[in-house]
Parts: sequence; structure tokens; C-alpha cells
Amino acid sequence: MSLVSDLGHSRGQAATGTTFAVAGGREVHIRVRNLTMAYGDFVLMRDLDFTVQRGEIFVIMGGSGCGKSTLLRHLIGLNEPAAGEIWYGDENFTKAAPATRELMLRRFGVLYQSGGLWSSMTLAENIGLPLGEFTDLTPAQIREVATLKLSLVGLKGFEDYYPSQISGGMQKRAGLARAMALDPEVLFFDEPSAGLDPVSSCLLDELILELRASLGSTIVIVTHELASIFAIADNCIYLDTETRTMGALGNPHELLKSCTNPGVRRFLTRGREGAEGVREGETAHG
Amino acid sequence: MEPQLPTVEMRSAGDGAGVVCLRGDWSLRGGIPSVDTLAGRIDSDSLRRLTVDADSLGHWDTSLLLFLDHLEDACRKRGTQLDRSGLPDGVRRLEALAEAVPERAGARAAASRVSILARIGNLALKAYRDNHEMLDFVGQVAVALGRWVTGRARYRRSDLLLFMQQAGADALPIVTLISFLVGLILAFVGAIQLKQFGASIYVADMVGIGMVREMGAMMTGIVMAGRTGAAYAAQLGSMKVNQEIDSLSTMGISPMEFLVLPRLIALTAMMPLLCLYSDFIGILGGATVGIGMLHLSPTTYIIHTEWAVTLKSMFGGLFKATVYGALVALAGCLRGMQSGNSSSAVGDATTAAVVTSIVAIISACGVFAVTFYVLGL
Repeated sequence: MSLVSDLGHSRGQAATGTTFAVAGGREVHIRVRNLTMAYGDFVLMRDLDFTVQRGEIFVIMGGSGCGKSTLLRHLIGLNEPAAGEIWYGDENFTKAAPATRELMLRRFGVLYQSGGLWSSMTLAENIGLPLGEFTDLTPAQIREVATLKLSLVGLKGFEDYYPSQISGGMQKRAGLARAMALDPEVLFFDEPSAGLDPVSSCLLDELILELRASLGSTIVIVTHELASIFAIADNCIYLDTETRTMGALGNPHELLKSCTNPGVRRFLTRGREGAEGVREGETAHG
Repeated sequence: MEPQLPTVEMRSAGDGAGVVCLRGDWSLRGGIPSVDTLAGRIDSDSLRRLTVDADSLGHWDTSLLLFLDHLEDACRKRGTQLDRSGLPDGVRRLEALAEAVPERAGARAAASRVSILARIGNLALKAYRDNHEMLDFVGQVAVALGRWVTGRARYRRSDLLLFMQQAGADALPIVTLISFLVGLILAFVGAIQLKQFGASIYVADMVGIGMVREMGAMMTGIVMAGRTGAAYAAQLGSMKVNQEIDSLSTMGISPMEFLVLPRLIALTAMMPLLCLYSDFIGILGGATVGIGMLHLSPTTYIIHTEWAVTLKSMFGGLFKATVYGALVALAGCLRGMQSGNSSSAVGDATTAAVVTSIVAIISACGVFAVTFYVLGL
């Protein structure tokens, strides 16, 4: 069986030709070891330790300002860890030399919170830029890829529009199409459903599930939309603002059933449960 | 495990049927295989039906989808049937997804090409609209100024002081540099000619009059256009992108009074001061050449400058500087308020602000030259 990554790095012996099937294999794709995130002397989160399997949909959740987006920025190398390491497969991302890291970055696709589309380029040019830089495709083929990617997100016919000419929801979908331009192994989404109406947000969830099922990419999502979390997450991590470390790790449905951490319960039940724990804690302090 | 090149093979299954064998690893980075040879085989073997065998297919991505698209096209042209049932499940799901949302009717029309006549017409209409907007803007500023004079304008005094600091004290280093060099250059240019008549001492007159009447005001104006006018356009433009201007309007606070007025007043008030400073530094630059190179005595140089520079020409220069300041502030704010809603639009607004300011300064300079001549000032 031949299995290949786009850049020919080894995926280890566990990899088989079926890796790209739905959640195939139990191969670790992303491993975060004792990660500490800090801004200067201010420690945001410490001792984050988790793994993401290949083909998994992994959700980073937590209240506002707890460091969800910062964790995502660490995963894609925009911020450097204060301590700890991040591994992709058997490659150390944190310690990688700049050239190696650049190659690793090309296997990532990122959808930023506000789309992050380049405003001076049409949608087709936005998608075509990475293709033109990193592949040998001809301009005509690049155009075809752009059209195909746009049709995957339901934006067929909008190739020659500028980002400012389409609505916010469409910008987000176009951002998704650009994130997928190079058929990345890992897709990172920062708050994909923020600013979308419930129906669009539900359609986006279905789109994410469909992409995972067909392309088998690993998907890491930052969100606090409970409906999305329960609908699409295989596993999730809860970042706890009070203890400044991870509060829970696991499948959201199981966490809802059995997790005892009051912060997690409060989050997953929209504050209906877990509030007592806090009040008890407060009185104990006082 | 090394990636294997994507290969496509065709074998005949007899009776007009063919099998397309997809092997290897398909990646956009490896390019998209051509369907030309396959199409040739379809023609030469006159195949009526094609099935796809993807049993030895390794990793695949969008390149496979595009290849299948091309193959489908080739088959359709030849009336050959393509049976896709042998494809991996994921491929069929992606294709279904791509076709799930039909192209929106009329989406392409907006991006179609425009004829040259239509473009000329559009430009003319745009020029008309621009002029209209400019007049409208000037009118609104006049109303805001009226409210300010009568003490009814809504703006923050701290903003005004901050803008004064930015347009005044913070600009001193660059004004110093430019004015000193301009004085120096004026003296050099004059010295070469005047030396031939043995009239080197008149360098002092030339630099003095040149700086005070024209160059001080104009150079300060141009420096402020690049420095402060551009900043105003960028500030207002990005506020427009962030909908900050909209939120001011909906609160009943006029952006003209709150944003434009303090900027306009600050720059108009600071320009004559900067100009006076620039005049002084320019004369200093001229003196450096006069004393250092032409060996004039400092006393003579100062006395000659005193004779040459009259109070009338000095106030003329300061008046010009005040007008230039107002023009730069107006151009910067106008372009900023007109800015579009994207980051590139803010860049365009900044460029337009500097261009407009400089054109306005030079035009005003010409108008002043003629007016002052006619009035005998």
C-alpha cells in the first residue's frame, strides 16, 4: 500500500492506505506536550497536554478571553510557546528549523475569524496565490482549481468578485475555500460560525463534516457555539480560565454525561448546572 | 514510503468497453495528468463505455477531481458513457458537494467586461460625482466651522490639543531637516551665478526673500501633506472600515464636527508657526553657505537679510502657509471620508490625499503669485 504525504514525509508504520478514510486508524497527528502560553510574564495557560488523531474533528472550547485563539495561534506557529512542544506526526514543530517549518506550514490551511481574505484580490486570485507559489500548475489549471474549491463551498460563479463585494457569510466560506486551496492535511478554523445566522452556521457544520468524510483532513476548530460542538466534535478540550489550564478533554457528549468539573458543566449546559459549585467555592473562600 | 507518481492506464475490456486504471498518489503539487492520450485511445478503439478502476489508487486530492472533470468532458464530446461507480466514496461525495449549490443566476454578469465607450462614460460620471462630493464636503465643513465659531460644535478639546501636538511640535524635526537643506540649496544655486558679478553678498537677500515669500510655506505644506494629510486620510479611512464613523452618526454626533473640525483647526493653526520656524531655519541654511563657503561675515549676512526681508513679505508667506494647511487638512479628511470599506481602499485614500494636497498647494501657489503681483504686494 502506498501512502504518501504531499511532501513525502514519513507517516510512520501505522499509516496505511485507508488513512484518508473517515477517522481511519488511531494515528496521532498533533501532539501537544506541556504547552505553556504566556504574554511576557503573564501566563495565559499552562501544562496543556493533548493529542489529536488523524482525521479527527477537534474542538478547542472555553469562555471568552480564555486563550482559545491564542492556542490556535501557537498550533500554527504565529505565537511561540513559553514552554512545551508541539509535534505534527513525528516532527517537532516547535524546534523545527525555519526551512522545515515553512514546509510544514504548507500542509496547514487556516480560516481566520474575519476570513482574512486579501482585499485587493478577487476570490479566484485569493485561492490561486498559494497554488501559484507552491505548485507547478498552469494559470488555466489554477483557475479550474479555484472554481472547484469555490463550488465546494457553494460560491460557484463568484470567482471574479472582490471580498468587499460579497456578504460576511460568503467571505467566511470563501476563506474556507482558500484554506483548502492546497488540500491541507490539517485545517484550522477560528470561530467559523461567529457572525453567521443559525441556518448558515448549521450548513457550515455539515460542510465541515462532509469535507472530513471525503478528504479525511484533520480539523481543529476554535468555537464556543454549543450546537456546533455537539454536532461535529469527535473530541474537545476545555480551557479553564480560573485554573489557567485544561479543564477537560474528551468527547463532548461524554463530558456532558460524566464530567464533574463545574466550569465544564456550566459551559456545556449554558450555565444551568455547575453554578452551585462556584458558589460553594466562593463561600469556602470567604 | 515515497510518493508514487500518479498514472492512468487504459485497457480494453472488449465489446467497446474500456477500463481506466487510476494508480499512484494524486497531488496538486505533482500536477494534473493530461487526458489527451486517453481521449486518443477512446477514438482509436472507438470505446462506448468506460469504467473506472481505483483499486490501486493511493492518496488523492483535488487534482483527481479535476482530472475526472476533464475525462468527463472528453467522454461527453465523444458520446462515451463514463461509469463512476468504481471511484472512492470520498470522491463521489465531494463531487456531489460541488454540485449541491447551483451557480447563482446573474453572479457572473457583474464581473463581465466593459466596453471602452462605457468606461469613458463611467469615468466622466465619476469625475462629476467626485466634484459634487468635494463641494458637498466643503459645504459641510463650512457649516461645521460656523457651528464652531458660535460655540455649538461637538468635539473633544483633548483631541484638538493632541492633533495640534502631532501637526506642530512632532513635525519639527522633519521641517528642520527639509528647510535647512532648501536654504542651503537656494544659497548654492544663487552663489554660483552671483559670484560671477562679484555680488556674493546678495545671496543673503535671495535666500531671505525666497524662503520667506515662497519656499518656507510651500516646503512646509508639502511636508505636511505627506506627513499629516496622509495620516488623516488613513485614520478616517480605517475608521470608516471599522464602522466607527457610522456609529458616530447614529449617536447624533456629526463626524464633520467630531473628526474633521479638530484636524482642520489644528493643522491650519500650526502651519503658520511651522512656516515661521521653517523660514528661520532656511535662512540659517543659507547663512551656512554664505559664511562657510563665500566667506561673508556673519554681521553683513544678518544685516543684508534684515534689509531684504520685509514684514509684508513675511506676512504674505504666513498667509500662504495658513491656506496650504487648510487645503492639506481638507484634502486628507475628504479622501479619508470618501474611502471604501477595504484595506486596499484605505491605501488608495491615502495616496489620493497626498496627490490632492500637493496639486492643491501648487495650484494655490500659482494663484497667489498672480494675485500678489497684480496687487503689487
